[in-house]
Amino acid sequence: MATTKTETAKVITPEMAKIPQGPLEKKWTNYKDHQKLVNPANKRRLDIIVVGTGLAGASAAATLAELGFNVLNFCIQDSPRRAHSIAAQGGINAAKNYQNDGDSIYRLFYDTIKGGDYRAREANVYRLAEVSNNIIDQCVAQGVPFAREYGGLLDNRSFGGAQVSRTFYAKGQTGQQLLLGAYSALSRQIGKGKVKMYNRHEMLDVVLIKDADGVERARGIIARNLVTGRIERYFGHAVVIASGGYGNTFFLSTNAMASNGSAAMQIYRKGAYFANPCYAQIHPTCIPKHGDFQSKLTLMSESLRNDGRIWVPKKLEDAQKLQRGEIKGRDIPEEDRDYYLERRYPAFGNLVPRDVASRAAKERCDKGYGVNNTGLAVFLDFSDAIQRLGKDVVAQKYGNLFQMYEKIVDENPYENPMMIFPAIHYTMGGIWVDYELQTSIKGLFCIGEANFSDHGANRLGASALMQGLADGYFVIPYTIQNYLSDQIGVPRMSTDLPEFAAAEKGVQDKIDRLMAIQGKRSVDSIHKELGLVMWDFVGMGRTAESLKTAIEKIDAIKKEFWTNVYIPGEADGLNNELEKALRLSDFIEIGRLMAVDALNREESCGGHFREEYQTEEGEALRQDDKFSYVACWKYTGEDSEPELIKEPLDYEFTERKTRNYKA
Amino acid sequence: MDSYINIKVKVWRQAGPKAQGHFETYELNHIFQGASFLEMMDILNEQLIAEHKDPIAFDHDCREGICGMCSMYVNGHPHGPDSAITTCQLHMRKFKDGETITVEPWRSRAFPVIKDLMVDRGAYDKIMQAGGFVSVNTGGVPDANAIAIPKPVADEAMDAASCIGCGACAAACKNGSAMLFVAAKVSQLALLPQGKIEAAKRAKAMIAKMDELGFGNCTNTGACAAECPKSVSLANIARLNREFICAKFKD
Ligand SMILES: Cc1cc2nc3c(=O)[nH]c(=O)nc-3n(C[C@H](O)[C@H](O)[C@H](O)COP(=O)(O)OP(=O)(O)OC[C@H]3O[C@@H](n4cnc5c(N)ncnc54)[C@H](O)[C@@H]3O)c2cc1C
Ligand code: SF4
Ligand code: FES
Repeated sequence: MATTKTETAKVITPEMAKIPQGPLEKKWTNYKDHQKLVNPANKRRLDIIVVGTGLAGASAAATLAELGFNVLNFCIQDSPRRAHSIAAQGGINAAKNYQNDGDSIYRLFYDTIKGGDYRAREANVYRLAEVSNNIIDQCVAQGVPFAREYGGLLDNRSFGGAQVSRTFYAKGQTGQQLLLGAYSALSRQIGKGKVKMYNRHEMLDVVLIKDADGVERARGIIARNLVTGRIERYFGHAVVIASGGYGNTFFLSTNAMASNGSAAMQIYRKGAYFANPCYAQIHPTCIPKHGDFQSKLTLMSESLRNDGRIWVPKKLEDAQKLQRGEIKGRDIPEEDRDYYLERRYPAFGNLVPRDVASRAAKERCDKGYGVNNTGLAVFLDFSDAIQRLGKDVVAQKYGNLFQMYEKIVDENPYENPMMIFPAIHYTMGGIWVDYELQTSIKGLFCIGEANFSDHGANRLGASALMQGLADGYFVIPYTIQNYLSDQIGVPRMSTDLPEFAAAEKGVQDKIDRLMAIQGKRSVDSIHKELGLVMWDFVGMGRTAESLKTAIEKIDAIKKEFWTNVYIPGEADGLNNELEKALRLSDFIEIGRLMAVDALNREESCGGHFREEYQTEEGEALRQDDKFSYVACWKYTGEDSEPELIKEPLDYEFTERKTRNYKA
Repeated sequence: MDSYINIKVKVWRQAGPKAQGHFETYELNHIFQGASFLEMMDILNEQLIAEHKDPIAFDHDCREGICGMCSMYVNGHPHGPDSAITTCQLHMRKFKDGETITVEPWRSRAFPVIKDLMVDRGAYDKIMQAGGFVSVNTGGVPDANAIAIPKPVADEAMDAASCIGCGACAAACKNGSAMLFVAAKVSQLALLPQGKIEAAKRAKAMIAKMDELGFGNCTNTGACAAECPKSVSLANIARLNREFICAKFKD
């Protein structure tokens, strides 16, 4: 196993994380004022590999090319425009305060820190809030058609528990419009020859090469051409991973089918730390599962909670009738409905953060109050809104979502309340990065959902798009230069070097091993089994017991996979089953790492809920004295447990509070 | 109410770009009508894998109608018989017990088949690279509210911008024209002040690229808009033509 020559200490200090000195609001400016830059003539001589074309990858690739670097950009889909970011519906946050409702950079920073349950780095989050405003300006300049008011200025809405209206949106297709904006900037650079685009190419390993001082640096990747099956080598002076999140570990999630955690696992195995893997977000408003053949879960935008009211029956016998299909939601009289979020959280009601809303739904369903045939659904009801605003207004606001629901469920949500249930949606955990978004391997950067940086233990709605674009447009184009300024003397390296050959051989051996198994199980059947274990034992409510069970079960699944998977066809051509098998081999490892991390974290915070640590009212109970740190896991080998390295989180500028959405 | 149906699926199989293709018919029993069309294809593939046969290659990703990756020609319609949806949003309740469903790839000169139902739509990316953007670099742009844009204009731009680049328009067109796709982008940007400045140049560059890549001419049959999963309107083509004439005029 390759090890890095980076710090071996068990604790990561703020200096090691490269947090700039000075007051919070000056840190980023100070950094930019003093960082090293690369001059234009040298930029031309430097190659940067960007893996991923989602909001993070596309914005980074385009901006780095605009600056003059040569960029090699990779994605799995047939076009960069199809990255998973395209599916984001609700919106993107920024601290513009256009609504004059008291928003500010500080407030966005504070809400993000608090929303993340005090498990994110202050300096990073402040920078995120700071550059959020530039993002909106940039997108408008690109022609992103954000929603506008009648006066012609930009419209905002309040989203996911925020008390100010800071969310910009483009119908229910914000991610699409933002991604198409980044894609258009990227297309422009591809047209100019500054970005070389590799569609239908999947990274399968990173290549590290030691410099004269013996320091290992990222110098390239091994990728598989998904059409020809050829394994190819690519050199870069630096490598940027923007490969998205690992929610599909659960098989069923709101993520796109090709979303995966493999690039993260590849670099983890080469020495990059994996931080807080157990922080996963469960989104409260998804369409419930309807059968074993189900391939993914569909998110219903959170904006629905602005006008929809969530409830289950008060009486168990009503719930049972619903489960047997004897009555419909509309048959239950008002006084027999339990609007449990409004009851438990009078101040925020239906707008409590996602983790709180999801757990509350689980709590009701666990007690038997679920409203569909599986008992795993709650109502999201618009009848009040329709009475108050009229059907037309409701249709105008949510029509496309209602139509989507009806197409899938075949029931009219204007007449009968929708049914929703929580589903895995987003992963806050990811590759550890310092303030420069550099991993623990030199020259290897990680941006977007793939890194762990800004959301702590829980992400606020409309903040992932903000982070992806902040990283790609406004952070990495600066910080990567601080690294590359030392590298201008490094010539382009040949991909015939032994390090490339060795990495390619590793990939080829893994593929050969998989193809040779010729067992009895399809890839999906094993992935579904993993997903169920994750949901049941590493899901919304975790205990030491359940996590230990999970680890045992995942080890068994790993064994089953490596001895009994069946992959048809050949490796040297288009082979979807082989692609899925390679990703599943990593999901199995991630699943285990999530369980290990969750077991270590003996507290409840944000999306991580350990049932042993809750208040009498069932709210999350943090253990700040013991767990106010980022848990960074270091790979130690195939058969040994990962090593825990801690990055303590000291709150210098905010006072830690218990999240309270009651009053 | 959704129930279970038995169907036959007649699928285009083609080993590679140069290989001879043919139809193959498969029987599928006990398919729940609440399943999506692609879930039905998953079940079929699982069945093929269990029989140690080559599963059917098809493109898909988001499975919620927004990425534009899925691309099946179902019973003679791009994205199938239902209106205003993508293949992945099609559900089995649109089909009857005993029915034979024909599934083909996009058939268009500019979209060569890669394997089975998977085609190469790289030509759409190339058209975008020729001019489907506003020429601004990151940074140094004015405040987002510096220019007010009337809501109806912004809404119209949004409607045009909802194109998902799926290629159904060219696949539906007997001439294989990409006009609706090009028009959607040209319209979106021409409507907004940010994009207005380069509008004529953009239209010209994108159309020239479209012609170069082997797409056919638009003869206004309207088949594209009828099959477009995002209901992109023909009015965009009229706007494109205006921009194009305007560009010609300037030459
Ligand atoms: C349904 C849904 C709705 C959402 N709505 C919102 C919202 O309203 N607001 C909000 O802020 N957030 C939202 N999110 C979250 C947000 O969309 C994502 O977190 C964000 O888009 C991730 O962007 P990214 O650039 O990091 O990664 P992605 O968009 O996931 O892109 C990953 C890229 O990496 C490529 N890739 C991955 N692995 C490899 C490999 N090995 N080799 C080569 N390429 C690879 C992929 O091809 C792709 O191009 C939503 C998420 C979902 C699922
Ligand atoms: S115009 Fe419609 S059919 Fe054509 S690519 Fe766009 S969404 Fe698809
Ligand atoms: S799979 Fe994304 S639109 Fe159909």
